[in-house]
Amino acid sequence: MGLQAVFFYLFAFVAVASAFMVISARNPVHSVLFLILVFFNAAGLFLLTGAEFLAMILLVVYIGAVAVLFLFVVMMLDIDFAELRSGFLQYAPVGALIGLILAAELVLVIGGSVMSPEAAKSITMPIPSPAVRTNTAALGDVLYTHYVYFFQVSGLVLLVAMIGAIVLTLRHRENVKRQDISKQVARTPATAVEVVKVKPGQGI
Amino acid sequence: MDSFFSTYLWPAIVMIGQSLLLLVCLLVFIAYILLADRKIWAAVQLRRGPNVVGPFGLFQSFADLLKFVFKEPIIPSGANKGVFLLAPLVSVTLALATWAVIPLNENWVIANINVGILYVFAISSLEVYGIIMAGWASNSKYPFLGALRSAAQMVSYEVSIGFVIVTVLLCVGSLNLTDIVLAQKSGIGTMVGLPSSFLDWHWLVLFPMFIIFFISALAETNRPPFDLPEAESELVAGYMVEYASAPYMMLMLGEYAAILLMCALTTILFLGGWLPPVDVWFLNWVPGIIWFLLKASFIFFMFAMVKAFVPRYRYDQLMRLGWKVFLPLSLVMVIITAFVLKLTAGA
Repeated sequence: MGLQAVFFYLFAFVAVASAFMVISARNPVHSVLFLILVFFNAAGLFLLTGAEFLAMILLVVYIGAVAVLFLFVVMMLDIDFAELRSGFLQYAPVGALIGLILAAELVLVIGGSVMSPEAAKSITMPIPSPAVRTNTAALGDVLYTHYVYFFQVSGLVLLVAMIGAIVLTLRHRENVKRQDISKQVARTPATAVEVVKVKPGQGI
Repeated sequence: MDSFFSTYLWPAIVMIGQSLLLLVCLLVFIAYILLADRKIWAAVQLRRGPNVVGPFGLFQSFADLLKFVFKEPIIPSGANKGVFLLAPLVSVTLALATWAVIPLNENWVIANINVGILYVFAISSLEVYGIIMAGWASNSKYPFLGALRSAAQMVSYEVSIGFVIVTVLLCVGSLNLTDIVLAQKSGIGTMVGLPSSFLDWHWLVLFPMFIIFFISALAETNRPPFDLPEAESELVAGYMVEYASAPYMMLMLGEYAAILLMCALTTILFLGGWLPPVDVWFLNWVPGIIWFLLKASFIFFMFAMVKAFVPRYRYDQLMRLGWKVFLPLSLVMVIITAFVLKLTAGA
C-alpha cells in the first residue's frame, strides 16, 4: 500500500502543478504541452485505481489524437500574447463561477461518500475483482449488455457531430484537376496512345 | 527492515537489472540493424556500403556513435531551447519505454500487463510528440513543415493499425501479448489435423490484415516509401534539419527503436512470436528468443527491401491510401472477422 501512496502523491502533485502551469505559462504551445502532462498523470492515477483500460484509452484518445490536433491549431494560430492577457480580468468572473460550481460538485461527491460509505457500495454494476474478470472484459460486459442502447446512441451523436463538421467545412471547388486512380489504372494502350504515320516533310 | 528489503527493494533491483539488460541488448541490436539497413540498401544498388570500420564494417555504428557524441551540439538562436532539447528525449524515451511489455520468449517480459497491446498502441501514438515538438521548437520552415506532415501521417495510419489490432484481438480474446502469441499455437493447421506449425499463425488466417499492418507500420515509423517528414529532396531533412550531434543521434535512435518495435509487434501479432515454425523436437530445442529474433529480423529485412525498391509516395496519395483504402478495408475486415467468429462459436 505504501508504494501506491507514493505514486499517488507523485502523479497527483505533478498533475496539479502542470495544471497550474497550463494557465500560467506565457507561451500557448507550452500550455498545451503542460496540458498533455496533466492527461498523462491522470492516466497514471487511473492505473492506480485499477482502471487499466480507461488509463490506456485516455492515452490513446486524449493524448494520441485530441491533444495532437489541439497542438496543431495552437501552433498554426498567430496569437498576440499581450492582447490575450488584457482580457483576463473581463473573463475572470465567468471562470471563477465555473470553478465554484465544479468545486461544489466535488465537495458534494466526496462529502456523500464520507458521510455514508455504504452509498458507494450500492452502485448497480459493482466492479469485479481483477482476479475474476479483467477490467477490459468487465467494461465490455456492462457496455454491451445493460447499456448497449445508450452506447449506440452516443456513437450516433458523435457521428452526427462529425458529419456536421464535415458539412460546415466542405466546399467543392470547380476546375480543380483531381487524380482518379481507378481511371488511370484502367487505361490501355488502345485508349491512351494514338499511332500516327507521318509522311516525311509534311508533319501532322 | 527485512520485509522492506524483500517486498520493495529486491523486486526493484531485479526489475532495474532486467531493464538495463534489455536496454543494452536492444541498443546493440539497433546498432546492427542500422548497419544492416545501410548494407542491404547498398547491396540492392550494387554498392559495398560501410566497410571500413572493423571487419565488413561491423563497427560502423559505434564509430558513428562516437562521432555524434563528440561533436558540438548546435542550438539555433531562435529556437525554443527547452522544447528543442526535450523533443529528442521524449522520442527516445517513448520508443524505448514500449519494450517493457514485449515478450521475447515465454515469461521473458519485464511487465506482463493485461492491456499490453493497448499500452504499446498508446505509447506509439505518443511518439508523434517528439516529432511535433522538434519541428516547432526549431523555429524554422522546413522542420515545421516536416513535423506537420509527420503528425498528419502518423495520426492517419494509427487508425488502420488500431483496426488491424482489433481483428487480432477478436481472434485471441485477450489484450495480453503473451496470450496473443500462445493463441497462435492452434489455428487453421490444427483444424485440418496437422500438428502445430507456421500455418496456425495469424498471418495466414488474417492475410489482408497482415499486409495492411506491414504497410501501415512503414507509414507509422516514417520509413520509405512514406518518409515524407524527412523527404530530403524537398524538406532537406524534415524535422531534424536544425539538430546536430547528440540530440540528432537521439532522434535517430528513437526512430530506429520504433522501427524495431514495429518489427517485434508484427512478429507477435502475425508470426507467432517465439513459437518454432514446425512443432518437432529439434526445432523446439532451439530457444524461443532465437526464433523471435529471426522473425523480427526477417520483417526488418522486408522493411529495408521496401526502402530500396519503392519510390517515395506523393503526399496526397499517402493520405488517400490511409483514409480511402486502408480504413474501409480494415473496417470491413473487422466486421467480417466478428461475424465469422460469432458463427463458428455458435456451431
